[in-house]
Amino acid sequence: MATETLPATFRDVMGAELGALKAAGLFKEERVIHAPQGAEIEVEFPAGAPLKKVLNLCSNNYLGLSSHPDVLAAAHAGLDRRGYGMSSVRFICGTQDIHRELENRLTEFLGTEDTLLFSSCLDANAGVFEAILSDKDVMIADRLVHASIVDGMRLCKAAQDTFKHSDMGHLEEKLVEHADKRFRLVITDGVFSMDGDLAKLDEIVALCRKHDAMVFVDDSHASGFIGETGRGTPERFGVLGKVDVITTTFGKALGGASGGCVSGRREIVELCRQRARPYLFSNTLASVIVAATLKVLDLVSATTGRRDRLEQNARIWRRLLTEAGFDIKAGESPIVPVMLYNAKLAQDVARDLFAEGVYVVGFFFPVVAKGQARIRTQLSAAHTMVHLDRAIEAFRKVGKKYDILGKSKNEIVERYGL
Amino acid sequence: MNELKKTILDYIRREYIEEGDERELKTDTPLITGGIVDSFSMVSLKRFLERKYTVKIPDADATPEVFNTVDSIVKLVERLSAVEV
Repeated sequence: MATETLPATFRDVMGAELGALKAAGLFKEERVIHAPQGAEIEVEFPAGAPLKKVLNLCSNNYLGLSSHPDVLAAAHAGLDRRGYGMSSVRFICGTQDIHRELENRLTEFLGTEDTLLFSSCLDANAGVFEAILSDKDVMIADRLVHASIVDGMRLCKAAQDTFKHSDMGHLEEKLVEHADKRFRLVITDGVFSMDGDLAKLDEIVALCRKHDAMVFVDDSHASGFIGETGRGTPERFGVLGKVDVITTTFGKALGGASGGCVSGRREIVELCRQRARPYLFSNTLASVIVAATLKVLDLVSATTGRRDRLEQNARIWRRLLTEAGFDIKAGESPIVPVMLYNAKLAQDVARDLFAEGVYVVGFFFPVVAKGQARIRTQLSAAHTMVHLDRAIEAFRKVGKKYDILGKSKNEIVERYGL
Repeated sequence: MNELKKTILDYIRREYIEEGDERELKTDTPLITGGIVDSFSMVSLKRFLERKYTVKIPDADATPEVFNTVDSIVKLVERLSAVEV
């Protein structure tokens, strides 16, 4: 039996580590959904509990396209026409006409020079830095960039540095400090996933122009809906075509299945095609996802109706929360964090909201900074006014129970601690 | 407080403390476990120490444990400076 080959202490050591995670309140349990992704879903939680119909305020289904009939039809057609699997990496025998078609469509959509598909944006971020930079260069990242960027940077031999979140003065200090490097790449998220705030991309591009540095943006929480026609943060800040590298995902607004890309300067993308290890050593993106993503691009290019609806929902939700007396992070994105500061309070409020039929998740250290625990709510174009009214009713009820409505940060911290 | 401690404390305040953060920073304040410095941004502190005190900090010494307080960082710099001399 396999278990006989384990070192005698392995199960004890691993068991203790799992126990420590549970004791620290960091043990993650999956909630099983018995329905397609959508504004309302049926959830089994805890395991074995009867199904509960809840309003979903925690998915990245920003445009409501994850289960859209046109996207499903395109996926079915793609399956029929190009099959299920390619059983190959891209450069051996895994590139179909639709892979190239999607790359060209993304290049056009994002306003770049070329694009390369990856199995996920995590893979894109894991491969891009190592492919284009060497030990003669430096990567200077905003301190709140996504974990996949941090991992990708660790795989690259270039020097690393960071700047305080969205602090342009600090970024410029770093650009000057590293002026002796061959290339300097400034790295940021377009929309920061935990705070929902946008990078000051116009200022970052201007600073990089001034100091002859390059700009990298992960626009995963922006592609499809930020900017007047949903081209992302470069469009929102008037710097389309001026960002050297964009990575993004199809796993959020753009259909929500999986897949991602590196898009940007032709030479950068070509070097990724030659060297990026997740591209070279991982299977091609499944044809069914490629076909569905092409349809998603058709839908988001044909009308701005969905991103306009999402923008309106986010504005209404922010107003409802503020009027109810919640302390929220200001911003313009559909990520709306409700600040609770105390980790246990965030978990208790999330649990009570679930009981009230609203599915949200509490986030706390180490996912966010200590003393910054929160519930992250995320809006979708699939939410209706009826949904938002129901959600705010539940939030009001739970907020009242914990006596946090109309309370300042200091008052919440005084009562619940940090 | 000696000059070494003061210089490192000043750097950490400038490099890591956000505007409006009123937390008191002392030589025994936990930096990593206290959430002031994370392992991702720790690299600029390492580079500052290496440049300022012309020492090379081996990876084995650049651990979150050693970098957790100014007191332990000072001990490391003093030890490496002595070796360099």
